[in-house]
Amino acid sequence: MEKPLTANFRPGEPLSLKEYEKLGGYQALRTALKMGPDEIIQLISQSNLRGRGGAGFPTGTKWSAVPSPKDLPGTRYFIADADEMEPGTFKDRLLMEGDPHQFLEGVIIGSYAIHAEEAFIFLRWEYTLAQSRLKSAISEAYSRGYLGNDIMGTGVNVRVHLHVSAGRYICGEGTALVNSLEGKRAVPHSKVPRQTDCGLWGRPTLMNNVETLCNVPHIINNGPEWFKNLSNSKDGGTKIYAVSGKVKRPGAWELPMGTTIREILEENAGGMRDGLKFRGVMPGGASTDFLVEQHLDVKMDYDSVQKAGSRLGTGTMIVLDDQTCPVGMVHNLEHFFARESCGWCTPCREGLPWVASILKAMEEGHGQPDDLDVLRFHTKHLGPGRTYCALAPGAMEPLQSALVYFREDFERHITEKRCPWR
Amino acid sequence: MLTDDMKKKIEEECHRCGNRQGACIEAIQTAQTFWGWISDENMEHIARFLGMSPAELDGVASFYNHIYRKPVGKHIVMVCDSVSCWVMGYEKLLDHMTQRLGIGLGGTTADGLFTMVPIQCLGACDKAPAIMIDEKLYTDLTPEKFDRIIEKYREGA
Repeated sequence: MEKPLTANFRPGEPLSLKEYEKLGGYQALRTALKMGPDEIIQLISQSNLRGRGGAGFPTGTKWSAVPSPKDLPGTRYFIADADEMEPGTFKDRLLMEGDPHQFLEGVIIGSYAIHAEEAFIFLRWEYTLAQSRLKSAISEAYSRGYLGNDIMGTGVNVRVHLHVSAGRYICGEGTALVNSLEGKRAVPHSKVPRQTDCGLWGRPTLMNNVETLCNVPHIINNGPEWFKNLSNSKDGGTKIYAVSGKVKRPGAWELPMGTTIREILEENAGGMRDGLKFRGVMPGGASTDFLVEQHLDVKMDYDSVQKAGSRLGTGTMIVLDDQTCPVGMVHNLEHFFARESCGWCTPCREGLPWVASILKAMEEGHGQPDDLDVLRFHTKHLGPGRTYCALAPGAMEPLQSALVYFREDFERHITEKRCPWR
Repeated sequence: MLTDDMKKKIEEECHRCGNRQGACIEAIQTAQTFWGWISDENMEHIARFLGMSPAELDGVASFYNHIYRKPVGKHIVMVCDSVSCWVMGYEKLLDHMTQRLGIGLGGTTADGLFTMVPIQCLGACDKAPAIMIDEKLYTDLTPEKFDRIIEKYREGA
């Protein structure tokens, strides 16, 4: 089984530029510079690479949405979203720490593919190790001529800037991230016009997740057919899956896209800790619906997880065991989302704290008989289409599924007037 | 007042952005590295230097986690309170830390050594519970491990 994304991982320091080159590093950039932007985009489209940040949008389609310099001359920007902050998610950190040049090579190729001469890496503050490793990788790439003006004598210019965020979950949302880079409050705004037409400082802007970009050099080197064959599903490639919670071996693994939940949980994470039983899992971070026992054989790819009623999201699972209170867990999630709401849209700003306060009251034994109806009401009214961004709808995903799968637990909190787990 | 060194660094950021407001978060971070926090007076200095109004700049500053508008301790203890850490025993750990430091979230110890704040997922979920102190990540935390870590910071004070 090939594991292109993590092949160069090793304990201690990651590969230096020289070591990365010896293993074929920056060969993809050389090839890409010969191919030209249109051919690169075609190749990425053929590979069925889908965005690994959570939404799963086809990367080739996204890249081809940026207007060509003929249609719209002038500056355009490339942004790598390295603001990984979805609770339960730690795949991009591993990729940046483990092989910073692989990521950087993806950033340079992506920038070239959309004719962007300026690229930003938007990195979260807390990733201090990734920050220092990226800084050295960037400086190595500049001195070797892979970055800067006239890259390897081709006349292509790409400059990379590392922006270390001052920290806020909502910065991971595309339009909020752009506001933050412009030196404003990271408040999301309307998706129209699209950022590919009018993004950073009003210019065409393309944004990709770290894991997405790490795949790019390998697709250029090995072709779209090779990439599709890595996968167990119709979405191409491998995926960094991860598991946290009370399993025997929490961790992250690069596996074929479409590996089943059961295989990840049992074979890679070693199953539940002794004495504990599996109750549920959020398959792709905090803003995905719970899946339960009956879904264990679902393939972890975009369409299969969606069919099961949740989302692949970031592919990093959080496991709920039978001795942890589902209501308490959902309260933790809703408290998080209430705090991280930017406060712009009313349903999110007002609704999330209300949801969190109801769950808190339940946990403290003050649940009321109509609480479940009030919570269900919120899952509808904070759902998609009522806010600018996906924070509130995302917050409702674990709640709405918990109300279905763990309904008895909610009812016990109300009837027994206490949390049965405390 | 902004030092010449700060001004130079901020100017570099402004140049990179091609726009003075675009550099405002870096400007605040630069100043905070030196001062530890941003007072009203210093907020005005930075705003003036960037050609922004103090209110506008404060609007930005107050939005982000790592910008401090009140004095903080020498070390910032950031406690991950997100879901994986919660499942792995964040609440008990927080109780212990609160007791050991004698402060709640948002508080600063009387000796000015530690300020404890909540933080969202630190991306160390396979090694939960996790905290960060300043720029260093600590994982698989237990009350005993926390005590040992804190002792080291106290000795270094």
